[in-house]
Amino acid sequence: MTSEPAHMNPARSFQGLILTLQRYWAEQGCVILQPYDMEVGAGTFHPATTLRALGPKPWRAAYVQPSRRPKDGRYGENPNRLQHYYQFQVILKPNPPNLQELYLGSLKAIGIDTGVHDIRFVEDDWESPTLGAWGLGWECWCDGMEVSQFTYFQQVAGFECSPVAGELTYGLERLAMYLQGVESIYDLNFNGLEGDRKVTYGDVFLQAEQEYSRHNFEYADTEMLFRHFRDAEAACRKYLEDGEPKSGSNDQRHLMALPAYDQCIKASHMFNLLDARGVISVTERQSYILRVRELAKACGAAWLKTEGGGAAA
Amino acid sequence: MPDLLLELFSEEIPARMQRRAAEDLKKLVTDALVERGFLYEGAKAFATPRRLALHVAGLPVKGQDVREERKGPRVGSPDAAIQGFLKGAGLSSIEQAKIESDPKKGEFYVAIIEKPGRATPDVLAEILPQIVKNFPWPKSMRWGAASREPGSLRWVRPLHSIVCTFGPETEDPEVVRFTVDGIASGDMTKGHRFLAPGEIRVKRFDDYAPALERARVVIDTDRRKDMILHDAKDLAFAQGLELVEDEGLLEEVAGLVEWPVVLMGSFDEAFLDIPPEVIRTTIRANQKCFVLRDPKTGKLANKFLLTSNLIAADGGKTIVGGNERVVRARLSDAKFFWETDQKVKLEDRLEKLKSIVFHEKLGTQYERVERIAALSKELAPIVGADPALAERAARLAKADLVTEMVGEFPELQGLMGRYYATLQGENPSVAAAIEEHYKPLGPSDRVPTDPVSVAVALADKIDTLVGFWAIDEKPTGSKDPYALRRAALGVIRLVLENNLKLPLISLLAKPFARDAKDVLFEEFLEAKKLVEAIDDSAVAGLVPHPALPDLESIFRQRQLGNAEGLARLMYVRALDLLSFFADRLKVYLRDQGARHDLIDAVFALDGQDDLLMIVRRVEALGRFLDTEDGANLLAGYRRAANILRIEEKKDGRAYNEAPDLQIVNDQGQIEEKALAVVLDAAKREAAAAVQAEDFEGAMRALSRLRQPVDSFFDKVTVNAEDAGLRANRLRLLNDIREATRTVADFSRIEG
Repeated sequence: MTSEPAHMNPARSFQGLILTLQRYWAEQGCVILQPYDMEVGAGTFHPATTLRALGPKPWRAAYVQPSRRPKDGRYGENPNRLQHYYQFQVILKPNPPNLQELYLGSLKAIGIDTGVHDIRFVEDDWESPTLGAWGLGWECWCDGMEVSQFTYFQQVAGFECSPVAGELTYGLERLAMYLQGVESIYDLNFNGLEGDRKVTYGDVFLQAEQEYSRHNFEYADTEMLFRHFRDAEAACRKYLEDGEPKSGSNDQRHLMALPAYDQCIKASHMFNLLDARGVISVTERQSYILRVRELAKACGAAWLKTEGGGAAA
Repeated sequence: MPDLLLELFSEEIPARMQRRAAEDLKKLVTDALVERGFLYEGAKAFATPRRLALHVAGLPVKGQDVREERKGPRVGSPDAAIQGFLKGAGLSSIEQAKIESDPKKGEFYVAIIEKPGRATPDVLAEILPQIVKNFPWPKSMRWGAASREPGSLRWVRPLHSIVCTFGPETEDPEVVRFTVDGIASGDMTKGHRFLAPGEIRVKRFDDYAPALERARVVIDTDRRKDMILHDAKDLAFAQGLELVEDEGLLEEVAGLVEWPVVLMGSFDEAFLDIPPEVIRTTIRANQKCFVLRDPKTGKLANKFLLTSNLIAADGGKTIVGGNERVVRARLSDAKFFWETDQKVKLEDRLEKLKSIVFHEKLGTQYERVERIAALSKELAPIVGADPALAERAARLAKADLVTEMVGEFPELQGLMGRYYATLQGENPSVAAAIEEHYKPLGPSDRVPTDPVSVAVALADKIDTLVGFWAIDEKPTGSKDPYALRRAALGVIRLVLENNLKLPLISLLAKPFARDAKDVLFEEFLEAKKLVEAIDDSAVAGLVPHPALPDLESIFRQRQLGNAEGLARLMYVRALDLLSFFADRLKVYLRDQGARHDLIDAVFALDGQDDLLMIVRRVEALGRFLDTEDGANLLAGYRRAANILRIEEKKDGRAYNEAPDLQIVNDQGQIEEKALAVVLDAAKREAAAAVQAEDFEGAMRALSRLRQPVDSFFDKVTVNAEDAGLRANRLRLLNDIREATRTVADFSRIEG
């Protein structure tokens, strides 16, 4: 790491932080995936976490996932909140016994020295009502700031995790702000360079934050979104049905768990957009969440009947 | 005597669970030992974020030997009987048995079975794995490769290692060997995660605690708390400041560190413009830090104290810097909320309450505010408040729920409303009521006294109670999700501590019937059977009450159909709620030391729906019974009631008519004449006094009965030979009973 050029230093470069984490987790045997090519609310939605957490097969992966939370948009005016941000996600199944040490190792790799920084594991139970998932773990504090989520998945899509996976989620922007010592996300140095070659987070994303905030809160076509929600829901159910193993066939595996799950992700994002537009009442809200959860559960059940889910041919 | 040392080393245990877990561990282990006959001298359990530890001192080396004699068959019995005896007693030949004799049975065999006590470590090795496997964590989890198998070990977070040693202090103790789901017990533990991460071999508690201390782990939570408190006060003092103590926070932070190091940080003075409660809540909830105040002014200082888990190489500079950053960001948010919130007036926020569902069947917060405002206005004259102010306060009372600040910190509800109301120039009573209408929150919380606050606080709670009673969502057993018991206690305390006279039954039914939305009642009407059932049975036999026709006319005006049925339904539910109040009042009065039998004696009377009058009556009754007159009258009452009971049973009829004064005058003895005269006067006086709510006066009136009642029993034979005279004397006794009923049902009084 000492041979790293200065512009790759996680304390100076946002992309340097990402690359350092990728390298560190690659060393731990993770496959380094690229972001899932769909709009999701959190890294957990990536099938590499949600679906791979189910079934008996060992699995280790790490990836950056752009995450969209339409409601959190602030038109680029709040230095700490974004409607689109990055999560760095690590999943290890089964969790190795030294996962806490591995996590602390990753902090060290990005320059957080436990000789001067106060690292704490503070109780935080994780639950995703839309995914029918829960786990126990902590929020990890560095000098009083939450820098990661650490969760031992107990259930996903309504199914017991067997074995249990350990999941780590780093909030990259917040972590980078701490490492770089800046007070606004938009002031983050993205590429680690200086002078006129320096590119900031604001250069890359400020305009997007403004435009998407407008879209999410004021202009998103709600009629279309409602329609897309219904379509995605129907498509998910249809693909699940079409992919069911034929009765009498020797192969009892499900054939389309992944395409069906894409539609579940889509429905979830449509719901988030509708929610941000304020067109879903409090009572309806619960029923929408339940509808997405039903899809997620059905997809989880289908996944367990695939090879990836551990089903025999 | 030997000691047991047990340590269960895991990943970070939630702070809120540690103390309880340590106590559970101690109880489970010592109970299991005692159950097997192993007594001990003392036990103490400890918890840190990463371990539970237990020290049991003074255990025996082994259990007690057990010697048992078992009688067998007679000497010379058939071989089958002998063989069965040998087998049952575990003997290999009959020579091992003793021969005894008694006169009846003659000579017979006796087996002596001796079971040596089991070695304590063996018993421990049997007990402990079960305790670990079934440990009562509030939430537990599976982990790692082992979680592939069903039934794998569950713990609060992954369990890593177990230390278990047993032995006397003079020798090296032995490791109590057992395995739980692949984790083998041993004598190795670890120190502080960062300050002394290496392994440590331990022998017994006496070296375990100091070894850990050297490895920067303080195992005793209370000692960690003392360290934090002591250092915090010192640091504050050095700056001329005072720590704002917070026991809950102290307990929590002590559960987040193995080696507490208190550090002081500061923030920009400009943030002190934010209300102090907000600063404290932000710093406490998000950062788990203490705040400080200036002892001279009592105002918050721009400093905070954090408790780190590290003796940092740079003296804590980095840690303080990091925490200051976060505090700054949090306070910036708070300041932003504080400033933005002020841009929208509270009344302009009401529209937003339409989107907040209070309860599916009871409507939105907006609808609720409408009801509370109407009820507050109605209550205002009764509690001495200006109706317009009470209505205004009620209308604004929930508006802060849709402010940014309360959205972020729900625990600041009410308080923020008060701040914003003050800033927008509301009447001070209105502003205060917005905060205080939630009070009292518990048995020890302050009860508001400003009449405007009292009106809104009562309206808020009564609406909640009546609403949930209307939809039949009452508390059951330990389940009370809407805190209805607390609400009822709140009403009781508001009424009693402010000396308010409220006719509850009308209040409990009328406003809700008038103001709740149609759809609720339409639902009741759809459940026709329910209304009909109420029609037939529940109302039959109830004492007529003006509330019932009132309700009926309300429902008629609302044109909901079956006004009579709805009125009865609401009335019956209100009566049920009233009896809930009676139960809560009993609990409250019992806690205040009142005699429960006196409470029952007053509640047994019809139409008791005024809490203040009930309590006054109970108090007056208690004082009266403590006097000699009272005690004697009670004795006289009992004698009268006993005789009546026996004679009425014998005759198969009641003597509840008024006594015939003609018979008294013509045939009666002087004592019964006197009694009749005094009874008549006492009854009238007592009734008049009760009417005037002068319960002391009513008791005084009754006390005049004592002497004539005593003389009557002394001199007059109730069971006269003349049947007419006898009947009339029984009626006189009944009249004594009737007279006492003006103040209470004396039959409920014990002792």
